[in-house]
Amino acid sequence: MDHAVSERLFLRRRITNWLALVLSGGAAIIGLFFLSWILFTTLSKGIDGLSLAMFTEMTPPPGAPIGEGGLLNAIFGSIVMCTLAVMMAAPVGIAAGTFLAEYANFRKIGSVIRFVNDILLSAPSIVLGLFVYMVLIGAPRQVATVIQNSDAGQNNWLAGLANWLIDISGFSGFAGAVALGFIVLPVVVRTTDEMLRLVPTQMREAALSLGIPQWKVTTQVLYRAAMSGILTGVMLGLARISGETAPLLFTAFNNSFWNADLGEPMANLPVTVYQFAMSPFENWQLLAWAGAFLITCFVLLVSVLARSLLLRKKMSHD
Amino acid sequence: MAAAATQLDHLARGDARADRLFRWSVAAAGFFVLISLVGAALTMAWGGREAFATFGWAFVASDNWDPGNLIFGGLAPIVGTLITAGIALLLAVPISFGIALFLTEVAPGWLRGPVGTAIELLAGIPSIIYGMWGLFVLVPFLGEYIYPFLSETASQLPIIGSWFNGPPIGIGMLTAGMVLSIMVIPFIASVMREVFLTVPSRLKESAYALGSTTFEVVWDIVLPYTRSAVIGGIFLGLGRALGETMAVTFVLGNANRLANLLEPSSSIAATIANEFGEAFADLHRSSLLALGFVLFAVTFVVLSIAKLMLMGLQRREGT
Repeated sequence: MDHAVSERLFLRRRITNWLALVLSGGAAIIGLFFLSWILFTTLSKGIDGLSLAMFTEMTPPPGAPIGEGGLLNAIFGSIVMCTLAVMMAAPVGIAAGTFLAEYANFRKIGSVIRFVNDILLSAPSIVLGLFVYMVLIGAPRQVATVIQNSDAGQNNWLAGLANWLIDISGFSGFAGAVALGFIVLPVVVRTTDEMLRLVPTQMREAALSLGIPQWKVTTQVLYRAAMSGILTGVMLGLARISGETAPLLFTAFNNSFWNADLGEPMANLPVTVYQFAMSPFENWQLLAWAGAFLITCFVLLVSVLARSLLLRKKMSHD
Repeated sequence: MAAAATQLDHLARGDARADRLFRWSVAAAGFFVLISLVGAALTMAWGGREAFATFGWAFVASDNWDPGNLIFGGLAPIVGTLITAGIALLLAVPISFGIALFLTEVAPGWLRGPVGTAIELLAGIPSIIYGMWGLFVLVPFLGEYIYPFLSETASQLPIIGSWFNGPPIGIGMLTAGMVLSIMVIPFIASVMREVFLTVPSRLKESAYALGSTTFEVVWDIVLPYTRSAVIGGIFLGLGRALGETMAVTFVLGNANRLANLLEPSSSIAATIANEFGEAFADLHRSSLLALGFVLFAVTFVVLSIAKLMLMGLQRREGT
């Protein structure tokens, strides 16, 4: 080939390459720029609204002067509901993950459940909220209405049942916790499954060959080996729900007052932040940013902790 | 001797019973996961049956959403969902690809770890934060600088010009799409990065040895090798964008009608979030549940495609 032609071709390829790499660097900078802009906004506006009163006073009424009121009831409600959600979802999730890794690993049912779990993991949270609303609030109300409208509704026992159903089927902190639980569940299932499968088979064989029954092998050998991974999954689940708003809108609803009764609508940080941010009152908006700041810090803290847990485990294995 | 044997027998039987019990309880938990997804789909369909029965196909074909007169046609939120998610992908895919390329081939080694972790951490930031940033920072900025410019210049364009008509107030589908794209960038980028890392280095090294440039290696070796998984990652992002609620609710303006890009509109998730708490008429509630069912069905299909596309890679990894 002519020397000049090959030179030109080489130059063109180098220019294309250079252009592509610069564009990729540019994309990375754009992405990181927006993401850090969001973090910076949250931090700077959140610090403005931060005060000690936030942790000691209830949410203020609309139009209260700036500096009055806090987020105590919302923070408390969020802690209660998130704790309850994790307490409900973690055991079920760990058990389901155990089933996938230990009992159904190479079976059809295992791959079906894994598939479904992955869908659940990315399913819109608002749909899960609707699901929990229907099961815990909508359905009992409908049953009660049917009973009251039928002739049998005169029956003492049935009428009592209908009243009881109406009684329990309101917006409640419990319903909110269940909705959040459904968001934690797939995270825990997946990490438990993955972490248990990482445990070497020799460990199972060694334990089983000593005559230990399988449930003891699982709970006392495998869980111990996979502990930090499973814990990471639970923490990632917690990080995921601590800012989750959509499913709480019509399960836990919100509450402007202090409420520790799980059967009643419960104040919570995300919905409060949402309502306050959308309001025209400056005081509320300031508190909304402070709440957003709290949520962000908590989420980042938990995720970093979860990650370091996994990292330490990896290092000790190397 | 006999006593010891019966005692052992007794113990073994106890162990077997405990084993069975354990197996059943973990299997029950496994099936619970299965049932929750099926249950969610069925309850949505059941709750929405009244709306589907009343309006038939008009529910997804008409854009007349009038809670006052109990007429519900869900076309506007459905179209809004699709358009915002579409804008989000249009913006997010090239940027995510750039980030993944940067993190796997371009950046110096010491930079890859921290930037990768930062992006993964940002994927965990709750959507309400993105929504608030969108409403209080992005909307005023767009309303001041970008929207007036777009409605003046882009609306003169042939064919697509009419998309950019409307009051340049900064709230609208374009804004929602932009916020969504920022939200899904970490998701898509981290999937792409992970996928790119699975390409065997001997393939890349062979190409380099033949004199390929970095870009040629990525374009001709890495991308073809990972094509299906990359598409899977994009669909995963699409699934997120379709079902995202809070980030969109903040900046979409809650106007339930068909609109062009610069006007307030609605999405399925935003409509449910805005109206479900105050929907007292049975038909209204049922219509919102029916919308939820539509959203669920669409995301199910999208996520299934994503999962199948990503599975191909796992199989190859396994061999």
